[in-house]
Amino acid sequence: MNNFAYTQAASTKEATAAKAADKQAAFIGGGTALIDLMKSNIEQHSLLIDINKLSMLGIENAATGLRIGALERMSDVGEHPLVVQNYPVISQSLLASASPQLRNMASMGGNLLQRTRCGYFRDTAFPCNKRQPGSGCPALVGDNRTLAILGGSASCIATHASDLAVALVALEARLTLESPKGTTRTVPLADFYKLPGATPNIENHLQPGELITAITVPAAAHARKSHYLKVRDRASYAYALVSAAVGLDVQGGTIRSARVALGGVGTVPWRVLAVEKYLVGKPATEENFRAAAALAVRDAKPYEHNKFKLELAQRTIVRALLEVV
Amino acid sequence: MHSDDQTPDAAGPLPQGPSRRSFLKQTGGLLGVALAPPIASQAEALADKMAPASPIISGQASMSLNINGQARNLRLEPRTTLLDALRENLDLTGTKKGCDHGQCGACTVLVDGRRVNACLTLAVMTQGKQIQTIEGLAQGDELHPMQEAFLRHDGFQCGYCTPGQIMSGVACVKEGHATTDDQAREWMSGNICRCGAYPNILAAVREVAGQQAKG
Amino acid sequence: MSAEPQFFDKPGGFVGKPIVRVEGREKVTGRAKYSAEFPLPGLTYGVLATSTIAKGKIMSIETAAATREPGVIAVLTHQNLPKLAKTPNTPEGKKDTGSQMGFMPLTSDEIFYAAQPVALVVADTLEHAMHAATLVKITYQKAAPIASFHDPKAELFDPQKIQDGKADGHIRRGDAKGAFASSAIQLTATYNHPVYNHNPMEPGSTTAVWDAPDRLTVYESTQGVTRTQSTLSAMLGLPREQVRVITKYLGGGFGCKGSMWPHTILTVQAAKAVGRPVKLMLTRPQMFTSMGHREDQTQTVQLGATADGKITSIVHTKTSTTSPWDNYAESNAKILDMLYATPNFEATYQLARANVMTSTFMRAPGEAPGSFAIECSMDDLAYKIGVDPIEIRLRNYADHDYSTGKPWSSKSLKQCYARGAELFGWSKRNPKPGATRDGRFLVGMGMATASYPVHNSQGTARARLYADGHAVVQSGATDLGTGTYTVMTQVAADSLGLPLEKVRFELGDTQLPTAPNSGGSVAAGTVSSSVYLAAQDVWQKLIKMAIVDKKSPLYKAKAEDVAVEKGRLFLKKDPKKGEAFGDLMKRADITDIEGMAQGKYGSGYEAASAAANADPAHKDEAAQHAMHSFGAHFCEVRVDMDLGTIRVSKWVSVMGAGRILNAQTARSQIIGGAIFGIGSALMEETVRDQNFSRYTNADLAGYHVPVNADIPNITVEFVDEHDPFINAMGVKGIGEISMVGVAAAVGNAVFHATGKRLRDLPLTPDKVLMSGVNS
Repeated sequence: MNNFAYTQAASTKEATAAKAADKQAAFIGGGTALIDLMKSNIEQHSLLIDINKLSMLGIENAATGLRIGALERMSDVGEHPLVVQNYPVISQSLLASASPQLRNMASMGGNLLQRTRCGYFRDTAFPCNKRQPGSGCPALVGDNRTLAILGGSASCIATHASDLAVALVALEARLTLESPKGTTRTVPLADFYKLPGATPNIENHLQPGELITAITVPAAAHARKSHYLKVRDRASYAYALVSAAVGLDVQGGTIRSARVALGGVGTVPWRVLAVEKYLVGKPATEENFRAAAALAVRDAKPYEHNKFKLELAQRTIVRALLEVV
Repeated sequence: MHSDDQTPDAAGPLPQGPSRRSFLKQTGGLLGVALAPPIASQAEALADKMAPASPIISGQASMSLNINGQARNLRLEPRTTLLDALRENLDLTGTKKGCDHGQCGACTVLVDGRRVNACLTLAVMTQGKQIQTIEGLAQGDELHPMQEAFLRHDGFQCGYCTPGQIMSGVACVKEGHATTDDQAREWMSGNICRCGAYPNILAAVREVAGQQAKG
Repeated sequence: MSAEPQFFDKPGGFVGKPIVRVEGREKVTGRAKYSAEFPLPGLTYGVLATSTIAKGKIMSIETAAATREPGVIAVLTHQNLPKLAKTPNTPEGKKDTGSQMGFMPLTSDEIFYAAQPVALVVADTLEHAMHAATLVKITYQKAAPIASFHDPKAELFDPQKIQDGKADGHIRRGDAKGAFASSAIQLTATYNHPVYNHNPMEPGSTTAVWDAPDRLTVYESTQGVTRTQSTLSAMLGLPREQVRVITKYLGGGFGCKGSMWPHTILTVQAAKAVGRPVKLMLTRPQMFTSMGHREDQTQTVQLGATADGKITSIVHTKTSTTSPWDNYAESNAKILDMLYATPNFEATYQLARANVMTSTFMRAPGEAPGSFAIECSMDDLAYKIGVDPIEIRLRNYADHDYSTGKPWSSKSLKQCYARGAELFGWSKRNPKPGATRDGRFLVGMGMATASYPVHNSQGTARARLYADGHAVVQSGATDLGTGTYTVMTQVAADSLGLPLEKVRFELGDTQLPTAPNSGGSVAAGTVSSSVYLAAQDVWQKLIKMAIVDKKSPLYKAKAEDVAVEKGRLFLKKDPKKGEAFGDLMKRADITDIEGMAQGKYGSGYEAASAAANADPAHKDEAAQHAMHSFGAHFCEVRVDMDLGTIRVSKWVSVMGAGRILNAQTARSQIIGGAIFGIGSALMEETVRDQNFSRYTNADLAGYHVPVNADIPNITVEFVDEHDPFINAMGVKGIGEISMVGVAAAVGNAVFHATGKRLRDLPLTPDKVLMSGVNS
């Protein structure tokens, strides 16, 4: 790691101002992603702004749903009764992530900003457009077994790594962002992430100095009947090959509303609106789930080693939906 | 309609009422962890009054870490991890480096009672917190029940992952995550053992969980 | 009967008992010091900078930025590193230095493999060294690398010999091809294996201290202090006794710490260059390119059999990747040659050079992949003719070693099958594949045979018995975590008739008597025999003292008429007549007495008793026997065919491996081997990019080893087995057999569950899922 400076911000104002003043600065919450990236020399920062003293805590029911402070730790949110009971998909996505130790450290906001596990990105000896714009993407013709079949470009097919983000995108969560000027805005998480296109180095729509302060999730019947299913190479402590976050509101056997998003297959957390649309108004049967799931990968572009994801993504959706009916 | 209606303006009053209540309830009830939001908010209130901004630490600086109940003063750069501070600066080599990237759990220690990976923790950020390492687990010559159980069940071979497994096991039991075999397996999966002592580690953790359940 | 040391089996002895590890307390309290944990005055930190390309030349090295960093003491490259007396860069140099790899980085400007060390930065703190290493800028002239034998540019060749000449590249018994062609049943199958990395939890680490300009101490994570010492002394041109290597605790090895690798000598050279102690610990990514790996390989088995399933012929070919300098391949064929009654056998190897570092031995080298091939093919044969997998193995049971024609020194395989089947509940198995369900899961049961040879080895031990009733016993062995400290303490305590806590066993130091590498499953047998014989040497000396001591009740007795039990010397014919060793020693006014002995493979119980009677010239019968341990693994899996996931849900291993020195540590070792094998079967794989010849998953997030949640309860039993030929203690060793056949047992269970035969390891969800997709 380069020899950075460190400061503990006493207020969000101070934190965002410090970051806006120094393009090479970074916020540090849990540090699990940031320190990892800095140790690998993938990122270098001049200043780390410790945000842990900021008041961005709380897991609470707000008028329209759930509000989670961005500094809440993954483990605390994952086991919070409010979340477990009313938003099981969020709880399950968190508890299927990383390890107990990392979940104790990592903040909710930081989780959403974690970067891809693509092996070419993670090793600075490889070219990588995300890390070094214009250097190329060896993954297109290389080891792409774990990489994206949706949302990729000729520049990048790196998979988004967060489980939590998949669940949150499915439930139409919004982020509260605070700017150095002290203004706040909220954005749907789904719009927060940016497809790689020709600039895979830019991964989201954060403005300079902006800080994620909270996550809000609308309450809904489909949130209460929701599930996160993660398929991976080992039983625990591994990133998703494919995951599905689903929620269903079924009344009298008919689907009133549906939410489906995929992880492990997209360059961003991948909500599949076509699947949801197909399901609404239909009986909650395995047959309908299968027909709907087929729509999830209609626009997919598989590569040499990740063709299996076409099939696995559909089956994961079906299995996850079966879990909630 | 939009949830941002509930979001506080940073300049305005903080939503301490419901937020703090729910947080305290959750931490006290579920985990019994003593992260105190009132202190955080006081600090914030205090700092808001105090311009200019908080001090910046650059290069080697004096810091004090509370390790196993003892204040340890040392000079470190901000980039020094808790793991390297323990191993290279304090000769507390019981905490192991297996991957240095949060991928193996060999460096597991307790910070304010919670298990964390010391390799991804900056030492400077642990000031004011209680750090417990494997060296601080036994009471003199009397081993912690988890250490005893690891010995009895042969919960290791080479011993390199063992301090991390034991610290993780202690936390796992305290969290209430060792009530069934399958649960304990899952919640002990953040600690890799290449010698493959998993069934014995499981037996040790479950035994201690059973003892504590009986009181 | 034989002169087997019977007293080990008497009540009150420690050998064989589930004794808690004697070093356990050090490990559970964090006090055990591994090789990177010695705080030395003036210690500096070394960090390697490695090449970003896999093939080419260094054109220029820019070290100014690194050197300018605070705390940096030296930036060492091929241009300024002290020269070695001898490098392994020539075949003679490789032989003289005992090097695993025929190339030493930082001896030239050539780049042969990705992440080859190109510079070593030394600084006052780890942080300074790590950062400075990223600032060394190197300009390369790149060339297109060859990534593996799969590479169209790769040239396959017949190595004639493999393992650097140690094993034949061609084996031929009878007319295997002819017999296969005329067999009633002909099965041909190809098996593919990825690169595997050992990944012990403790990364390779070296702390080098020059005590004087020509005297060196190295704290090293090695499976063999002696081998490391000998390589270092050859490379440095120093007499061996001026190089001391210490390994008190070793955080696993699995083969990768069995040789001395470049980072060790580079650290030693760096310490020389800066005139201060240097410590270097490899990073986890560097572990994938610094200490060898199991090579990527493909093997084809042609199995010929009669209509009732008796093997007529096996033809085996293996193709694998090797480095630019070494002809290394695991010798897979040896287990195919000996496991069953195979009248005709032929095996050949093909290699291709690629831009990779050398591959090396990894737990059960040869037997691990070889057993996957033969044991899956045997399963195919069973299904082909419709008999139980155990029955097919019994029909082909080898009553002697067909590969050598020799009788077995001992073999308990039939008991292993029977007991394993009983413990596992094999009889409840529905023979039909794909027919057993549990909810969403297809359930399968599979089994496989395990075997591993007792390798030739020898070592020495010293026992010092004190008149006050304690002892220090020493051998320069290492303890990988397998229990060497503990089992040797047990053997010494029983041999010397002392309580456990009165015996201290010391190891891991070249100043102690020489012991072999802990590898090839030889440590337990060789070192325990050495310890036992060293104790016998002590008794012989004491008996000689007693029979000339007028005050001894044994005065004027014949040495051969005196026996020793629990520290008491007595007349065999009149056991009341005798005395305790302490009384004898105190009378003679000596505080301690020392015994020394060499334990050997093949010395057998006969020779042991001969040594005990100070008559070493006893006929050695061992060479007339084939010596192997045998066992059987039983595996149950649950396969989710929709998602492609496999979980092992039950495991039983039963082993016949001679004397078991400690029931608890032995059980742990078998469990560990099963888990190592389950990892290789289901998830482990180092992926090499075929264009860059560089790994894409070189860390523990990308290279999946099993976690706790992957592993079910495991049942282990040992068959009571007494082998009168292998060594003084009758110990065969269990480090490797624990994983032989494991991957096959998993693969066979998956076939039974699904009806799909998967032969490309690892069996990750993508492969399982796609096997069920009709295309």
